[in-house]
Amino acid sequence: MIDLSHRVSIVTGGGRGIGRTIALRLAEQGATVVVNDLAGSADAPKVVEEIEAKGRQAAFIPGDISVAEEASAVVERAVSTFGKVDILVNNAGITRDNLAIRMSDQDWDRVLSINLKGAFYCSRAVLRHMIRQRWGRLISIASIVGIVGNAGQANYAASKGGLIAMTKTLAQEVASRGVTANAVAPGFIETEMTQKLSPNVQEGLLKRIPLGYFGSVEDVANAVAFLASEEARYITGHVLNVNGGMAMI
Amino acid sequence: MGLSSFALTDRVAIVTGAGQGIGRGIALGLAEAGADIVAAELEPSRAEQTAAEIRSRGRKALVVPADVRIASQVDNVVRRTLAEFGRIDVLVNNAGGLLGIVGPLLETKEEDWDRGITLNLKSVFLCCKAVGKVMAAQKKGVIINISSVAGMGAYTPAPHYGVAKAGVINLTQTLAMELAPLGIRVNAIAPGTVATALVEELFRTRPELREKRLKSIPMGRLGRPEDIAAAVVYLASDASDYVTGEVLAVKGGLPFVG
Repeated sequence: MIDLSHRVSIVTGGGRGIGRTIALRLAEQGATVVVNDLAGSADAPKVVEEIEAKGRQAAFIPGDISVAEEASAVVERAVSTFGKVDILVNNAGITRDNLAIRMSDQDWDRVLSINLKGAFYCSRAVLRHMIRQRWGRLISIASIVGIVGNAGQANYAASKGGLIAMTKTLAQEVASRGVTANAVAPGFIETEMTQKLSPNVQEGLLKRIPLGYFGSVEDVANAVAFLASEEARYITGHVLNVNGGMAMI
Repeated sequence: MGLSSFALTDRVAIVTGAGQGIGRGIALGLAEAGADIVAAELEPSRAEQTAAEIRSRGRKALVVPADVRIASQVDNVVRRTLAEFGRIDVLVNNAGGLLGIVGPLLETKEEDWDRGITLNLKSVFLCCKAVGKVMAAQKKGVIINISSVAGMGAYTPAPHYGVAKAGVINLTQTLAMELAPLGIRVNAIAPGTVATALVEELFRTRPELREKRLKSIPMGRLGRPEDIAAAVVYLASDASDYVTGEVLAVKGGLPFVG
């Protein structure tokens, strides 16, 4: 199961965190990986090196996916470098938290631009190729927050909820072409961000998680690898919750 | 091939209704991933065929005749499994069916309602309870309940079935909460319309449904047992360690039924 050799993937925001782990996991399953991140990223070339050390192909293709021309250029460079794109993982995302009454226009726009508009630009650009080859996997990293909301994250929650609705819509548009579109909705995942929280806050969060621990980036990457596989061909328009039981929807 | 976290090498899995259709596909899929299989089946002769295929793949298979609507027979499945393998790693509650009971809610006979709910919901309760206790003692295990897209919204062709399958989802989430502190995960899969004998039976009774159903599936084809098996393997494996209380829809994009 989960043989991704001969598949070419793009992971946006693949230089760090969950994106990095997804890139490495797809490579371990055999895929060629385009690691996209902002130009000047010091992390993305390291991920490429790690993948190449595993004997797989990879390339760092920089670009700000919140700009339509750059998102298209990333996809076209991926196609010209590796011949095709089979898997797109819309992972790039940022947070700019604040209560809504204090949230600036810029913070709203920046989060929506990268998290949602960027995913749309990338999806639109790869779909042309996927539809033509009648095989493709769009996988968007959403969040539990996009389903249940979260105080202080109106912008982030809206972007992730939007990703979910977009995923369900794209799924219907391209289902007959052999392309699936799914989302993975992580709950609280152990990252630099959760490590920075005070023990009190951590404990409060853990009480809300039935399994009683923060998930790992590996848990998210495994869900992505599964949805990217040939075996998951009949799953489309789904939001796969990876949240330790925190919200059963 | 593939990642070790997706492998089920030497896991012991009970699959109810493993003799045909989706259950057979699930049993074979789990065996392919490395698991040994206990096939709990009403019709042991059917299950023996599945068992032979599993053994030909180099895995062990035990057929236990069982009517999973009856607690004592479910207990017997657990006893036989523990005697043979010493533990239970995976339970897949798959047994179910329409029993030929179709038609509007207002026309559904009381005894038919009871039969449908007993086969499709009570059986899941009985198996979850008996096996859940073993897993709780082991502090380890994974339960996967086969619900249906019919349980995710109004299901007019066979209301008893939709209601029972909706109940399976709620049971799944409740048990997921109960067992999460022990590290035991409970998830459901909601297949869309899968090309099996059960569906053929429905299409025979209501021929107009076939065209209607195919048109309503964005992917334009019915599901296959192996599509469901792949989801079961993922949910049974360590790759889904942080997934519990989830209803994984495997339905070709089918937005809803009704």
